[in-house]
Amino acid sequence: MVNDTKKKSRIGHVVIYIFLAITTFISIFPFYFMFISGSNTNKDILSNPPKLSFGPYLAENFKMLSERMDILLTTYNTLFVSIVYTLLAVFIYSAAGYILAKFNFVGRTVIFGFIMLSMMIPTQVLYVPWFKMMIGAGMTDSHWGVILPMLANSFGVFLMRQNMLSFPTALIEAARIDGSTETRTFFSIVLPNVKPALGALVIYMFTSMWNNFMWPLIILGSKTKYTFPVALAMLDGNPTNKNYAVIMLATSIATLPILIIFLIFQKQFVAGVMGGSVKE
Amino acid sequence: MKRGKGETKSLWRRLNSLKNFPYFLIAPTVIIFVVFMVYPIVYSLILSFQEFKHGTYSFVGLKNYIVLFKDPIFYKALMNTFFYLIVQVPIMIGLALIIAVFVEEKHVKGKAFWRTSIFLPSITALVAYALVFKVLFNGDYGLINYVISALGGDKVQWFYSKWPARFSIIISITWRWTGYNMIILLAGLQAIPESVYESAAIDGAGFWKKLTYITVPMVKPILLFTTITSTIGTLQLFDEPYVLTQGGPDYATITIGQYLYNNGFVYMNFGYASAIGYVMVFIIGILSVLQFKIKDN
Repeated sequence: MVNDTKKKSRIGHVVIYIFLAITTFISIFPFYFMFISGSNTNKDILSNPPKLSFGPYLAENFKMLSERMDILLTTYNTLFVSIVYTLLAVFIYSAAGYILAKFNFVGRTVIFGFIMLSMMIPTQVLYVPWFKMMIGAGMTDSHWGVILPMLANSFGVFLMRQNMLSFPTALIEAARIDGSTETRTFFSIVLPNVKPALGALVIYMFTSMWNNFMWPLIILGSKTKYTFPVALAMLDGNPTNKNYAVIMLATSIATLPILIIFLIFQKQFVAGVMGGSVKE
Repeated sequence: MKRGKGETKSLWRRLNSLKNFPYFLIAPTVIIFVVFMVYPIVYSLILSFQEFKHGTYSFVGLKNYIVLFKDPIFYKALMNTFFYLIVQVPIMIGLALIIAVFVEEKHVKGKAFWRTSIFLPSITALVAYALVFKVLFNGDYGLINYVISALGGDKVQWFYSKWPARFSIIISITWRWTGYNMIILLAGLQAIPESVYESAAIDGAGFWKKLTYITVPMVKPILLFTTITSTIGTLQLFDEPYVLTQGGPDYATITIGQYLYNNGFVYMNFGYASAIGYVMVFIIGILSVLQFKIKDN
């Protein structure tokens, strides 16, 4: 009897490991395929079976890609919108999160209630009005036109508010008694102590802008302004001389920075996903 | 000069008074949300009752909505989106829960490795991963078809017929989002006290019983959260069909989000696009209420 359940649970263990191994393989393989395909030829990819190891054509593909897409400029554009967006968001949302979590003032319930409710609003409903507003402001085809409307991100505010809730109120009050101004308390006592939450917010904001596609597609018109997702879609959308190796190389270049950031800041990534519950 | 300095000082003091400080710090957020959220929501509603004719917008009442409810392509978009919703969301959430439970099993080694690698797909840009899957799903030379024919099956022309095209999108989305939901569910699982499982084990509960009688009820709120966010995400599905199928063949994979984009930004029909947007808001509202109701029962 005891032996039987032991045997049963051992089979259970094996099943679990096999399942996890298969899932992991499926999760990682497309990355591998993308990276190796960037070093092969279009013909290698379009053969039966496609080539599944690294090839010698990386430099050649890179040259072909440079003719179709300004890699440096696209990198700069994507970095610019992502970094500016992240910096603005971190400053604005941490201030908002702190106030919403730690201060009682007229209008707090309304503001927080609205922010919670607006998480239910599909962003796409806002795109037509945003587009018309950007035309009015002369900001179409500009990076600021990409950045500014996207700052209305309820999740970011929510994430900071949740983290500020657990900040000890006693510390704030002690600073107040010591004569610290509210501004100083915020910058030199609160902010340095919520670094993990700020890290989560930075990662969340940065990747969401780096990967953003539909809004930049709407607002950006000229090739010199494109961010990676738009540039990639345009590269694929152009039917002349379609070369999948070149497309896979471009996709790899666009993915690599995020992959590296992820491997370094895993904890912050996960915290961002979980709505801000940052565990040290 | 001196006066200017005094003024700054008093402004500084006013900012730092306990009464004013919250308003100063919350102001940027309020301004941004009023300009880019409240105003557009209202503006979009007004636009949905308007039509652009002879160079100006004129009020046409419910016309856009009436046309929309007779629009066969809109129905296709609606049906496709619901199909993705009904098939993909449960598969993905179920899969995410199973993976999370397996990773959390006490004896499983290498938890961090499994977690990290299964989460990896959700860091990719939607356009980027969709492009990779476009190559993998290639009808003549794709690796997926190669595997299928190696296993003795027939090659599938993924993008040229209705159902395969839909499933190519479902498979792709599942790859991208399962790990993401798994991570959220893991947090819920970790909050379940070990003692609950131990007493269940003493009572002789097996794996399946523990899953259905303890785990699922205990993570219900998180299951609800992931279901609602996945629903909102699916209703707004855009990048994947844009890259993989362009909504084809014959609108078989077009989504509401894509139809909104086409009307708004390809045909520049802002009124009609806004009406589509509002139908989307309405659907999300109904589905969210429905999901809350189901959870309560």
